Amino acid sequence: MSTTATLPTATAKRTPIVAHHFDDWTQQYDACVLGMWTFLVTEVMFFGGAIAVYMIYRWQYPMAFAYASQELSAPLGTFNTFILLTSSLTVALGVRYAHTGESRKVGWMLIATIALGAIFLGIKAYEYYTKFEHNLAPLLNLPFDYAGPDPGPTKIFFGLYFGMTGIHALHMIIGVVLMALYIPAAFRNEYRDGNSLGIEIIGLYWHFVDLVWIFLFPLLYLVDRSLAAPGI
Amino acid sequence: MTGEIASTTALPTPEREPKNYLNAAWTVRSWLLTVDHKRIGLLYLAGITFFFLLGGAAAALFRLELMTPQSDLMESETYNKLFTLHGIIMIFFFLVPGIPGVLGNFLIPIMIGARDMAFPKLNLMSWYLFMIGGCFTLYVTVAGGVDTGWTFYTPYSSTYSNTYVMATAVGIFITGFSSILTGLNFIVTVHKMRCPGMTWFRLPLFVWANYATALIMVLGTPVLAITILLVALERGLKIGIFDPRLGGDPVLFQHLFWFYSHPAVYIMVLPAMGVISELVAAFSRNRVFGYKLVAFASLAIAVLGFLVWGHHMFVSGQSLYAGMVFSVLSMLIAIPSAIKVFNWTLTLWRGEVTFNTPLLYAIGFLGLFTIGGLTGLFLATLGIDVHVHDTYFVVAHFHYVMVGGTVMAYLGGIHYWWPKMTGRMYPEGWARFSAVLVFVGFNLTFFPQFILGYLGMPRRYHVYDEGFQILNVMSTAGASILGIAYLFPITYLIWSLKYGPKASANPWNAVGLEWMTSSPPPTENFTETPVVDFEAYEYHRNPADRHG
Repeated sequence: MSTTATLPTATAKRTPIVAHHFDDWTQQYDACVLGMWTFLVTEVMFFGGAIAVYMIYRWQYPMAFAYASQELSAPLGTFNTFILLTSSLTVALGVRYAHTGESRKVGWMLIATIALGAIFLGIKAYEYYTKFEHNLAPLLNLPFDYAGPDPGPTKIFFGLYFGMTGIHALHMIIGVVLMALYIPAAFRNEYRDGNSLGIEIIGLYWHFVDLVWIFLFPLLYLVDRSLAAPGI
Repeated sequence: MTGEIASTTALPTPEREPKNYLNAAWTVRSWLLTVDHKRIGLLYLAGITFFFLLGGAAAALFRLELMTPQSDLMESETYNKLFTLHGIIMIFFFLVPGIPGVLGNFLIPIMIGARDMAFPKLNLMSWYLFMIGGCFTLYVTVAGGVDTGWTFYTPYSSTYSNTYVMATAVGIFITGFSSILTGLNFIVTVHKMRCPGMTWFRLPLFVWANYATALIMVLGTPVLAITILLVALERGLKIGIFDPRLGGDPVLFQHLFWFYSHPAVYIMVLPAMGVISELVAAFSRNRVFGYKLVAFASLAIAVLGFLVWGHHMFVSGQSLYAGMVFSVLSMLIAIPSAIKVFNWTLTLWRGEVTFNTPLLYAIGFLGLFTIGGLTGLFLATLGIDVHVHDTYFVVAHFHYVMVGGTVMAYLGGIHYWWPKMTGRMYPEGWARFSAVLVFVGFNLTFFPQFILGYLGMPRRYHVYDEGFQILNVMSTAGASILGIAYLFPITYLIWSLKYGPKASANPWNAVGLEWMTSSPPPTENFTETPVVDFEAYEYHRNPADRHG
């Protein structure tokens, strides 16, 4: 908050800024963390809606979804999962360094997280590109060539694939931008006093985005592969 | 903003009035960039009143068309657009943000002894998102309207309608974020900002009701957001999600839509119930009977409200067994609602009742909400619903709850807290007259619709059988009275800003922290942080018992 309590005495250790409407730092800290958790609850409901739609259609068209899932690259998905989990590690280290007051290391961890996020998004973009290339993107009335059975539900599968991973990618882009905003402060040594609130909150958000992918990956890429295995 | 803060700490200067949140700064900028929850409440009041009038004007036009069985004023397309506009505006831009946005924002921090909401800037952002969403709806209105009904059922909305569905969807999506952020702010504020001594069971029931509302906002609205987003993707990017030609299921849309939109009716009515608790206690000078039951009834409504959405799909091809479960669950929700009605009635019993305007509205609420709630039980019964589904019976039912309930409580609350918000009293005589007029006009409008629906007149048609005309004329006559009755408070409340008598800090001699600070309150609500050592609604407290 911009309007701050104007009480720093000459002797005081650098205290975190407390907004005028909070009594003290603890109250502000608790309120902000609870606010972020509440926001994440709304995100769970948001993605939950999409996942519910997916589950109902997969239950209705199990074979179509199993065949369609074969068109996604499980190796690329696995690699991306590895990348994203690693980025969760780097952001967790960032929070840790913010606690211990190693401000510059916070900055480097944010940079590492952003870099890993960018790799993820790059691979995602490449996957999208191949889908367009193979005419497997059922949007904007583009041609849709699919040799397998049930092209109708397959279109729904790819519609959900683009919709869900697209919304997830949008969340990642927002996270990357927010983290980038924290980097200058980290290199100005502003986290030297263990004032970790901002980093903790962006960390919570990033972990959540990571967790969404942990659901999306098996749902979309790892549909019971034996169902669609040749010869069955 | 810094100007406001500085002014409260400045040395006292010889002035006519002490500094308060209204006279702290006069510039337009100080309003549009304010982070003061009280000013944001007034910003909501302005926006919401505007949308209420717009939605009301749409209703006036189609009520006029319904005077005669033939089509004379408008074509069916215009009629469809008007009732859609009425529904969208009244639900998303009046009923949902109404009481939380205006009274909740203004009162919750004061009632819990806080200086502001937990996130003041987020609070201002909520208002801006609300207004931006509203601008999309205004654009749709001017550009040519939308004809899907406020329910946006697919595949009509996603594939066939040639009206401004996308712009409307974007507007509602944005306004949804306003609702989510308001809910988030309320939850964190009630958890973390209570002043010393303000325990959960000392909270006014208005705060409990808004807390329960906030839970629904936070849990339900995101589901509406993803649903609208999927429809928008289907319409804009031609991704088929609900398209039956691909094997998609339009009824799935209805499930997702009502997963939010049924709880949303509790977003609309729970804050109203909170207002009624305050009004009934203040004007009967009694502690609300069964305080804890009323508080927990709010939470029970919030939880149960998520389990009843299927009663909107009794005739949509939903499985009969699902229908039976939803029917029973829908009846269960009558229990906490009835607890509240009985407890308010018992609060009035043996109270020192004074019939001021706010109580007139509260008593109106009690009667009308009871009728609305009981007819809800009819609709929750599978067999009867098949008969009256999509008839005027349903229209009358939800207007008894939404208008007879929420709007009555909203007006009662505005009158009750008007002296606190503005520092001025409203003219009591005019106000009582308008309250009675609202009640009469409301019943004349909507009671005939119960009969129309039971006789089989379907909703959403602009032509009807000639036998229905007399009841429709009564309804239109009532709507005219109601429309005029709503203009009275708008007129005399604005008048009172300049000419109303000055209000004291506690003109009703009521209890509660909001009456322990000046009218209007200072920018940070209290000159020093209050310490609470009393229960809610301690009307008959013997001063001698206070500390022993």
